[in-house]
Parts: sequence; structure tokens; C-alpha cells
Amino acid sequence: MLSLPRSMVDAIVAHARRDHPDECCGVIAGHGGVATRMFEMENAERSPTGFTFDSAEWLKVYREIDDADEDLLVVYHSHTATEAYPSRTDIRWSVNTPGASWLLVSTRDPAYDEVRSFRIDDGEVTEEEIRVT
Amino acid sequence: MAIEVRIPTILRTYTDGQKAVEGKGDTLADLLGDLDSRHPGLRGRLVTEDGGLHRFVNVYVNDEDVRFLGGLETALSDGDSVTVLPAVAGG
Repeated sequence: MLSLPRSMVDAIVAHARRDHPDECCGVIAGHGGVATRMFEMENAERSPTGFTFDSAEWLKVYREIDDADEDLLVVYHSHTATEAYPSRTDIRWSVNTPGASWLLVSTRDPAYDEVRSFRIDDGEVTEEEIRVT
Repeated sequence: MAIEVRIPTILRTYTDGQKAVEGKGDTLADLLGDLDSRHPGLRGRLVTEDGGLHRFVNVYVNDEDVRFLGGLETALSDGDSVTVLPAVAGG
């Protein structure tokens, strides 16, 4: 289960809508499994079908999280034409973020915000409940 | 000539859990070769079989992404700081 404050979920959805039709991306830092703050990241690909963290921005954010003894709790991104479910590319890259939840937002339906979260271990995708607090 | 190399959590299995290690070399390629002699396997996670930088990692020299410098041929000097991070991407 992933607990997130309403403000963060709303901010992620707003980020996804704003960057549509390109994918958005970002992270949430946590401490002891509790979400502490989120970072909206630049999608260096600026693409409707993929995302890559901008390398300079990622270094800065990683240091901030590490220096504060926080962990990478969530990696989020959007799918703009398909469901909020990890793609094969997502599964392949998830090995780089062990322990982090992968949260996806689909913006394919302008009237419905599909937000789902997954744990991806060794290629196996397991959905987890998002508890909005 | 000592160069500090900061290692991300996912690669610390190669450094006995150490967050940072020291190495030497005139270029990034030399440095990675030097590190591999004491931390076998580390180089293989950063460099592909074709001898290029692996796309799954970002390597920075003094906080500059080496892809925008000279890649593995980036020149190093005493006191430089190298940081390795996992790249984050998806589709």
C-alpha cells in the first residue's frame, strides 16, 4: 500500500495534464515509508511515448534526497494514450529504482484521471492500493 | 592522483557497501579500469561490451554529465569528483 497526501496526488495529476500530450515525470521522497516531498522533473525526451529524467536535474534532486537521509519512495510518470499500467520499457528500467513504487497517471481520457501504483520486482508487476490521506 | 567516486546504492554491492571509493586515472576510462581492479564487476555495470557508456547510468565529472564532455575519454585531474547515478527513464 502507498499512502500519499491528497495535495501530492492532485499535483501529479495537474503535472500530467499540463504536459499532455507529452509524458510527465517526477519523484516523491519519503522517510520511513512516509511521503515527505515531491519533485516535478523535466522529461528530457519531451515525448508522448517515453520519459528520461534530465541528468543535471536528477543529480541535484538525488543529492537533496540523499543529504536529507530520505529515500526514493515513488517514481511517477504519465501515459498519454494508453492505460496507467507499466510498459515493457518501464519494467526494464525499474531495476534502477529498487524499493520505489512506480505510480502512473493516464491522461488519455480528458474527463477521467486514472492513477495507479505498482511494485515491480524482477520483472513482476504487482499493483498496490493508493491510500489518499 | 586521487579521484573520489561516489557510488549509488544499487552499485554498492561492488564496493562492500561503501558510498565513495577512490581511484586514479588520466581519463574516465582509465579510472574505471583502476576501480575494477579493486572492485571487480563495477566497470561492467558502467561500460557496454562495445566500450561505450551504458545508457542505464549517468556518470558526472564535477557534476557535469560526461555525455556532454568527452564520454569515457573525459580527462581527469587530481581532486576531481566523479558521481555515478542510475538513470531513470521509461516509456
